[in-house]
Amino acid sequence: MANFSDGARWRRSFSDLVSLGRTATTPLRRELAVLLSALSDNAQAAFARHFDGGYDPSELDGSGERGDGAIEVRNLSVGYGEHLALEGVTGDFAPASMTAVVGPNGAGKSTLLKALAGIVRPMAGQVTCTALARHRLAYLPQQAELDRGFPITLGELVALGDWRNFGSVREPPRRLAASVHEAVATVGLEAFIHRQIAELSVGQFQRALFARLLLQDADVVLLDEPFAALDESTTDQLLSLLQRWRDKGQTIVAVLHDLERVRLHFPSTLLLARSPIAWGDTSLSLSADNLARAHMALGLPEGGRFGRAA
Amino acid sequence: MSGQLLGWLIGPFEAFSFMRIALVASFALALSNGPVGTLLLMRRESLNGNVLSHAVMPGAALGFLYAGYSLAALSFGGLLTGLVVAGLAALNIRSMPQRQDVSLIAFYLVSLSFGILIVAARGSQADLMHVLFGTVLAVDVNALLLIAGITSMTLLVIAALYRPLAVESFDPSFLRAVGGGGGLFRAIFVALVVLNLVASFQAFGTLLAIGPMLLPAAAARCWTQKVWPMIALATAIGMAAALAGLLISYYANLPSGPAIVIGAGLIYGISLLAAGRMRFEPRISEKQR
Repeated sequence: MANFSDGARWRRSFSDLVSLGRTATTPLRRELAVLLSALSDNAQAAFARHFDGGYDPSELDGSGERGDGAIEVRNLSVGYGEHLALEGVTGDFAPASMTAVVGPNGAGKSTLLKALAGIVRPMAGQVTCTALARHRLAYLPQQAELDRGFPITLGELVALGDWRNFGSVREPPRRLAASVHEAVATVGLEAFIHRQIAELSVGQFQRALFARLLLQDADVVLLDEPFAALDESTTDQLLSLLQRWRDKGQTIVAVLHDLERVRLHFPSTLLLARSPIAWGDTSLSLSADNLARAHMALGLPEGGRFGRAA
Repeated sequence: MSGQLLGWLIGPFEAFSFMRIALVASFALALSNGPVGTLLLMRRESLNGNVLSHAVMPGAALGFLYAGYSLAALSFGGLLTGLVVAGLAALNIRSMPQRQDVSLIAFYLVSLSFGILIVAARGSQADLMHVLFGTVLAVDVNALLLIAGITSMTLLVIAALYRPLAVESFDPSFLRAVGGGGGLFRAIFVALVVLNLVASFQAFGTLLAIGPMLLPAAAARCWTQKVWPMIALATAIGMAAALAGLLISYYANLPSGPAIVIGAGLIYGISLLAAGRMRFEPRISEKQR
């Protein structure tokens, strides 16, 4: 703990230094403000659009309001080169729903999530999602896609979740430190807040990403195999977080392998094998008949199984 | 005794204006190479940087063909082909998501050979050596102004856009999702890298320009895990290597560009041996827990 208080003292003297610099440059900054106010509102809006993610100063802080978390998918096809990873997917994710996406390997589950997140462009069909357009969609890729060697602390990583309140160039809000602490405490990592992410275990890192999602407070949360390589207790804890978010009105879509967990925790399920085999109530979607059909659709040997507990 | 040492250290710079200009030029380059090199390293794009440094070559050679050994023509040509290759590489990355070391290396070999052919067709052996290895001692006041202008602009841009630049190198899909405009910042960063390589080109040549950018940053990364100290340390190491390299080249009568790069390389080697153990051990034990 001594270490921590040292850090706090250092930060305090640093903030003294910053405020000193701020007072010293006040006349200069006033000049600059006068200079910038001459720019038309158009120029300011253009700056915000290009460098600050469409931040609009006239818009009130929208952290409290919940937008529309619905996603409409119409005849969606996505392919890499010749190969079609997804073909003719049509359906809806209702607002405040909690849907598991399951299917054999190569069924296009990750591709579907990437298409929903607007990362891959569809070859045909479309995805309608107001949350995406409003930048209120959160997407958690498979862990392998993130650079764990990047020099950033857990606290800084979590703070990024509040991006819309500080953006590229604005000053972070005063309450940021408090909300970061709160989010980190929720996932049980208070002791690690000043650790580099390279020093975290796989499970701790995934908890940290969930804390960032907590701060992000998006209308739609897309998760690609969020519980892969996690132990039971961590998985249960993070699952209960997901349920709390759903209750708050967030739309949850998660790619999962563990069918037992899906049956227990996810009200609806999309069974995918390049195109939807079944989409709706979990108990109906995951019937033995549907699972067999999912295998047939991908040309896998009959009687083969996927998932940890089928 | 200490007076003698001081004389040994500053004598050459007192006596010769080309030494002074070379020192100021390499200090200015170190100032912007610190943050740019650190960011490049953090993005794991050092190979890309190397390719870009060679992409400057054909354009500079074309400039040479057109206007002889003129700074403006060389820089403009280098900037042009550097940006074109960066754009092509970006398209390439978008269309093929898998690793592309091979196509990058192909780029680098072809543009290097192309540049050498162009210079050799018109110029002398000395011109070729200039283009390949640079001549930091031949930097004149105009070149110094160009270098200072580019490095000042680089520092201002990085200071203003540091947050999105850093986040984009860590988690580009996150930045895009929260509306931070990911691709734009990537483009800005690559443009900064090309600009700095063009600035270094005159002093270090196309083969060595990436050296003063990457080696100090790599050395600094051995000592600290935090970004700001890393940038500060990389800048300081870059300056120390420049000073040491210039002195060595003066007293031992060796080419100055390679001497500076070897100085930075020595610091990197020492850092690896001295600090590498300290950095890696806790990490490994943490993972095994």
